[in-house]
Amino acid sequence: MNITVNGTTQDTAATTLDALLTELGYGEAKVATAVNESFVPAIKRPEQRLNHGDRIEIVAPRQGG
Amino acid sequence: MPVFYETEIASRLMLGTAQYPSPAILAQAFRRSGAGIATVSVRRESGGDRAGQAFWDMIRELGVHVLPNTAGCHSVREAVTTAQMAREIFDTNWIKLEVIGHADTLQPDPFGLVEAARILSEDGFQVFPYCTEDLVLCERLVEAGCRVLMPWGAPIGTGLGLNNIYGLRSLRAHFPDLPLVIDAGLGLPSQAAHAMELGYDAVLLNTAVAKAGDPAMMAEGFARALEAGRLAFEADPMEPRDMAAPSTPVLGRAFT
Repeated sequence: MNITVNGTTQDTAATTLDALLTELGYGEAKVATAVNESFVPAIKRPEQRLNHGDRIEIVAPRQGG
Repeated sequence: MPVFYETEIASRLMLGTAQYPSPAILAQAFRRSGAGIATVSVRRESGGDRAGQAFWDMIRELGVHVLPNTAGCHSVREAVTTAQMAREIFDTNWIKLEVIGHADTLQPDPFGLVEAARILSEDGFQVFPYCTEDLVLCERLVEAGCRVLMPWGAPIGTGLGLNNIYGLRSLRAHFPDLPLVIDAGLGLPSQAAHAMELGYDAVLLNTAVAKAGDPAMMAEGFARALEAGRLAFEADPMEPRDMAAPSTPVLGRAFT
């Protein structure tokens, strides 16, 4: 299944957002997620199904002004 | 000292965390100035990268309040989703709301800003809107739930200071009890002092400190200027006048 993660199109075997984060090596990293521009809370990731063409954003703390 | 959403802050200086030469110099700037609030953001991170965690650990060690932003968002949806992601990451309802309307000037989009502020306020956020000094916009933001306003002094990163003194003074007069913060555009401590003399509660700046030759020294300079300007405001300054008036008594002058 092809999805876009942080702007890059890639293939994944993961069927849920939670599984995708594990597949990509985020582990216990402090990140937040959105699917198709909608926020997905951490607690909802295991039930967030992924579909072909989904756009996933995975963000972390960063410097800001 | 300023009170934002019932939280009193021990400093009138709010500092951004971007563009410093190193994390150590960033920390020095905070410690030397006593800045009470640090603005932060969220950005994409790859799986193997832990830069975000390292940055977050460093900010927590500073012991300051954290104000996440929605910097770079150009639509209501982007801003709302970014705010929601920031709330989860930083565990705070505070959000510095930026909805940029113009790519060159980084001027806020007033229409999107009000809409996003309303959505986020209804969702339990405590919104710090980066706005212009437009009185009607600010009234709408307050109606949308904002209990702090953060008008720009000048466009982000320009260092031009306070571009519309009249507008900023009018805003202060119109909202005498609302916390008002000058956000963006300051380049020198004298400009921050001027903001205090106008009765503003705090300033938020980043580039002026981070891009100074000695960021920690500049941060302290801003902190001292804020203190001086606030003292001047509270001391009830004299009214300016066009005509000269001698300060030394005229009566008793020799040779008369």
